[in-house]
Amino acid sequence: MSNPRRAGKRVVIMGCGRLGSTLAGELDQEGHHVTVIDIDPAAFNWLDDDFRGDTVIGQGEDADIQRAAGVPDAQVFLALANGDNRNAMAVQVAKHIHGAPRVVARIYDPERAEVYRQLGINVVNPTTILDRMVREVAFAPDRANQTG
Amino acid sequence: MYIVIVGGGKVGRGAARDLIRIGHEICIIERDSDTAWSINHEMGMVALVGDGAEVHVQQAAGMNRADVVVACTGRDQANLAVAQTAEIRFAANKVIARINDPRNERVFRALGFHNVISATTSIVNAIEQEVHAGIESLARLTQLASTSFVLTEQIVPPLAAAVGRNVRELNLPPGALLVLVVREDEDARIPGPQTTIHAGDVVIAVTESQHAPALRAALTGEG
Repeated sequence: MSNPRRAGKRVVIMGCGRLGSTLAGELDQEGHHVTVIDIDPAAFNWLDDDFRGDTVIGQGEDADIQRAAGVPDAQVFLALANGDNRNAMAVQVAKHIHGAPRVVARIYDPERAEVYRQLGINVVNPTTILDRMVREVAFAPDRANQTG
Repeated sequence: MYIVIVGGGKVGRGAARDLIRIGHEICIIERDSDTAWSINHEMGMVALVGDGAEVHVQQAAGMNRADVVVACTGRDQANLAVAQTAEIRFAANKVIARINDPRNERVFRALGFHNVISATTSIVNAIEQEVHAGIESLARLTQLASTSFVLTEQIVPPLAAAVGRNVRELNLPPGALLVLVVREDEDARIPGPQTTIHAGDVVIAVTESQHAPALRAALTGEG
């Protein structure tokens, strides 16, 4: 951890599913110091074997668990668990209790995503992103016809 | 008033029952359809099945015309989501949030929610009050000389029937004499028959030892 080559940011990720574990692995490879929180210890099996970061078992929206995971010293907090409410609460605890400078929440519900944007939270809404991408692929001009 | 309650467990259901009885219009949003059915069976059609943190469900419940929104599920993250969507999307006048984990009280307050109810905190406070009421609040300062009279000290609790009454109207036991009323931010005074008792007053009195419980009842009883 004190390796001088690793001058990256301290990042805490809540939720070690497909997205959380993939991002954790990538950020770790890029030299950031990553801590992953999940309620289910089995979820850490998603992490690569060579993952050098830390893992914390617990509720990521719990202020005490966040402290144990180093959120007060983190530059970035990412809430990528499955529940919108849980993610929304977690980023607000990180921001308003621990003073995390940058927080991002995954919020599936577009309506709720808008509510949290209005509260000044960085939100990524997979539903609208996928909606757009699916439309682009489904209704794009047919390449075979174009070239033919 | 029109009150939307999110969460139809023991707390939400109990609140709804009382609020309906005193004439309010209620909608309970409950995600479990069996629970919602049971509520409707008991109280008439007041329950709506759905996730109370979803805006379209809140819309269906008429949250835009609600006077009060009560978020009282068993999950704090859901209660926070309900409270925040109610305020931002529906400009709810008054939002009351239940807190299950007392440690989250700080979080809700930091996010601007001051109408919070924490069952654990309330019970702990009640226990502390009971302990004080039973043991400490009728402190016998001293026995006077070698008589059967004692000097006592009593704090008047907020719900006591004595609050707002004159000394003359109190049901004091025979021979009891109030000698001093100490009120926060005011000079201590020797009470007369017209002196009004306030919540939080510290009353110092002389009474015969055997009448001390009756004196305590007169100053702290809830009528």
